[in-house]
Amino acid sequence: MDITEILRMNAELSLAAVFVLMFLLDLFLPAQQRHWLRPMACILLAVQLLATLWPEETVLFGGMYHSTPMASVLKSILSIGTLLVFLQAGTWLDRDDTRHKQGEFYVLTLSTLLGMYFMVSAGHFLLFFLGLELATVPMACLVAFDKYKGHSAEAGAKFILSALFSSGIFLYGISMIYGTVGTLYFADIPAALTGTPLQILALVFFFSGLAFKLSLVPFHLWTADTYQGAPTTVGAYLSVISKGAAAFALMAILTKVFAPMTEQWSQMLCIIIVATITVANLFAIRQNHLKRFMAFSSISQAGYILLAVLSGTPQGMASLVYYIVVYIVANLAVFGVINAIEQHTHGKVCREDYNGLYQTNPRLTMVMTLALFSLAGIPPFAGFFSKFFVFASAFHSGYYVVVFIALVNTIISLYYYLLIVKAMFIVPNETPIATFRTAAPMRLSLLACVAGIFVLGIVSSIYQLLNDTALL
Amino acid sequence: MNVLSLFVLIPLLMLAALWAARSVGQVRGVMVTGASLLLILSVWLATDYIGLRHSGAADEMIYTASVSWYAPLHICYSVGVDGISVVMLLLSSIIVFTGTFASWRLKPLTKEYFLWFTLLSLGVFGFFISTDLFTMFMFYEVALIPMYLLIGVWGSGRKEYAAMKLTLMLMGGSAFLLIGILGIFYGAGGTTMNLLEIARLHIPYEMQRLFFPLIFLGFGVLGALFPFHTWSPDGHASAPTAVSMLHAGVLMKLGGYGCFRVAMYLMPEGAALWGDVFLVLTTISVIYGAFSAVVQTDLKYINAYSSVSHCGLVLFALLMMTRTSCTGAILQMLSHGLMTALFFALIGMIYGRTHTRDVRLMGGLMKIMPFLAVGYVIAGLANLGLPGLSGFVAEMTVFVGSFQNDDTFHRVCTLVATTSIVVTAVYILRVVGKILYGSVQNPEHLKLTDATWDERVAVICLIACVAGLGLAPFWASDLISQSVEPIISQLIK
Repeated sequence: MDITEILRMNAELSLAAVFVLMFLLDLFLPAQQRHWLRPMACILLAVQLLATLWPEETVLFGGMYHSTPMASVLKSILSIGTLLVFLQAGTWLDRDDTRHKQGEFYVLTLSTLLGMYFMVSAGHFLLFFLGLELATVPMACLVAFDKYKGHSAEAGAKFILSALFSSGIFLYGISMIYGTVGTLYFADIPAALTGTPLQILALVFFFSGLAFKLSLVPFHLWTADTYQGAPTTVGAYLSVISKGAAAFALMAILTKVFAPMTEQWSQMLCIIIVATITVANLFAIRQNHLKRFMAFSSISQAGYILLAVLSGTPQGMASLVYYIVVYIVANLAVFGVINAIEQHTHGKVCREDYNGLYQTNPRLTMVMTLALFSLAGIPPFAGFFSKFFVFASAFHSGYYVVVFIALVNTIISLYYYLLIVKAMFIVPNETPIATFRTAAPMRLSLLACVAGIFVLGIVSSIYQLLNDTALL
Repeated sequence: MNVLSLFVLIPLLMLAALWAARSVGQVRGVMVTGASLLLILSVWLATDYIGLRHSGAADEMIYTASVSWYAPLHICYSVGVDGISVVMLLLSSIIVFTGTFASWRLKPLTKEYFLWFTLLSLGVFGFFISTDLFTMFMFYEVALIPMYLLIGVWGSGRKEYAAMKLTLMLMGGSAFLLIGILGIFYGAGGTTMNLLEIARLHIPYEMQRLFFPLIFLGFGVLGALFPFHTWSPDGHASAPTAVSMLHAGVLMKLGGYGCFRVAMYLMPEGAALWGDVFLVLTTISVIYGAFSAVVQTDLKYINAYSSVSHCGLVLFALLMMTRTSCTGAILQMLSHGLMTALFFALIGMIYGRTHTRDVRLMGGLMKIMPFLAVGYVIAGLANLGLPGLSGFVAEMTVFVGSFQNDDTFHRVCTLVATTSIVVTAVYILRVVGKILYGSVQNPEHLKLTDATWDERVAVICLIACVAGLGLAPFWASDLISQSVEPIISQLIK
């Protein structure tokens, strides 16, 4: 094995460099210069994006590391999403109680991102597990970032406990695979898989481990509490970036490694999808706290993402990644607005607080409305297209009933998204939240999200690009 | 650029201009300019279309164009029109034009109101010019969602309830549609989304059996098919005037148009199998809507149930599947669109003055506001099918066409449906007698004024169209019957 092979891991190396630089800056930057941290983090991440722009197939260390072109594209998407999150973090981090440790936020976030990079380009279960842990443990610190607040500490504890539990189950599943086939290389496993009961159990355990990350029903119980307690920016990151990486990894492994057991996992997936979408939607209706609400909304969105996994085809992979991109911009827009309002009103996050918002903050209201419409799948916003494509890919593979149930669920989801629109536009309120001006980076990030919501749908070339990459 | 794309481009430019507008005057200016342009365009299109047909253009659709959009799924932006769509475009632009004048003095948030209103009309125009299933569906949904805010913010009465009910029921219908469209696409081999090309392919019988009812129900919800019509009375009653006009006048026609153009055209075997089931439902719509209108006391509810009855007649006539009845169905769409818009406009104007829509609290309005009252009488007479006005032409064609079926089942349905004409006369004449004639019920009403100039524009335009169609129906039925031919020949085959 050639040790210089490590130099060919462009994306990971460059991200690690950004991570180290940010760590050093955090250590050595004098107190009066610390306001440079955020611009530095954003610029470095933007530069790092360049390293991931040329998707290519890279197999290193005898197949331990296997980055497909699609994985490179996804890495760029995750980095862009993280960049948007960084832009949104400002107001929160500039508060007196968090200002002194804002460097840690960037370092921790970057290390989880690095973990996700390894997850999506792993060619071996151990590397995958390393990535998974790297993406999870710093995340717990992020969730508990406002640790002096009871909610945040509680959320962190819940998150780390359930994450570790799921990792344990995951490892147990891996050990069964190793026990039955004698290898952990993704490339070698399919040939030896026959679908014996022990392998099915291994599949179930592996799947449960990832299902915790994706917060699929019935592994979703940590989600609402964690989102509610975590700082809003972290909640946003958790709901889109972490979910996107896990969904991609799940599809890649199910279709590549567990290809001989397609029949088994697709059955399992059908049940999980229906349960996830339905249960999450029904729970979301009752939520008044917007962060809890977004937690259930994101659980149901994960169910829609999995519809693309069901098809198992390259087209399905393209629609999955497309769904992730569209979901990232829409969800980050919603979280951005929630974040801005929470910071400016010192903690107003309930639906009633938004009553009559249009009278005082028309722009924020429009951003929120467009984003919610996109999440609900209303044309001409991007969410409509991404939903259509995942439905089409699952339908093409013959899952009529699952698609039908998912479609009926879009009506339920439209109902609860409209409840927020109703609060903002229709419900009369004598004392709505006062007019305020959001910080410039936040506005930039919201602008980018809104542009994404329009452009990603109307301009077909992004989907076309993903489709071409998937077929490579 | 294709001339049809102007129907999408003009509303888009209007949206941009409205977004930039700074005063109510500018908003009105944009709306009048845009709506007039659309009206001129659609009139030009109709005359040019007739000219082209006379000079021998024999294609099923003309002005066709297609641009690939999402190539992996064979989604294109394809446009094209035949006589049916030309008529529908004409109807839509008339209603958008008159609707603009009918909401001339609307407050508050005038700009936002017209933004959503224009988005709604963008969806409607886009739907009628599309020949690609995906774009058609997309425009269909674009037309639905602004309704929520239009009713919720600017409506009256139980507006929040009505807006949510309407949106969710129509979106429920579109869920059926989406799966039906995927069924058609993959059933026809998954190589094209273009309607005209799919019509030449054959969808397997098993798929047609499964997906015909889904598509028909999906569009049927919008066409007020019993028992999925319940959104319509509440929605229409709560919506602001111009939205009721556009919704009852045009949006409900999307349902009938879609049933005909997508469900029946592409899946004739499915139509043959399921036709009778749906025919029973539509007959119920026709009768039930008429009888419900009799017992209502709110003017808008009366007209909303009347719309259920008349739109039911559209689907009824389509399912009779004869040349004459299908031509009648399209004529009925046109005629009902015009007269129901007239009705809703007048009701809105009366309500704006009396602040009540309760029939029992009004009387003797003929003396107080003669212009509006005469308009109301004309609308009523058109609705009950007086010869010389549009309603007569359409209903006559429908019932004659329906009776051409020589089996007992279809004839019994036709006979049952014809009774709706009598019931219509009951509820129309009762209301006219009660609110327009007789003694003044409320002395306050004596102070009211007659129509303002902008209201007169809307009313006169619509009356001219209703009378025009009634007196000279041949150009419309010419346009339509020729275009019904390819679809009906699929059905009879």
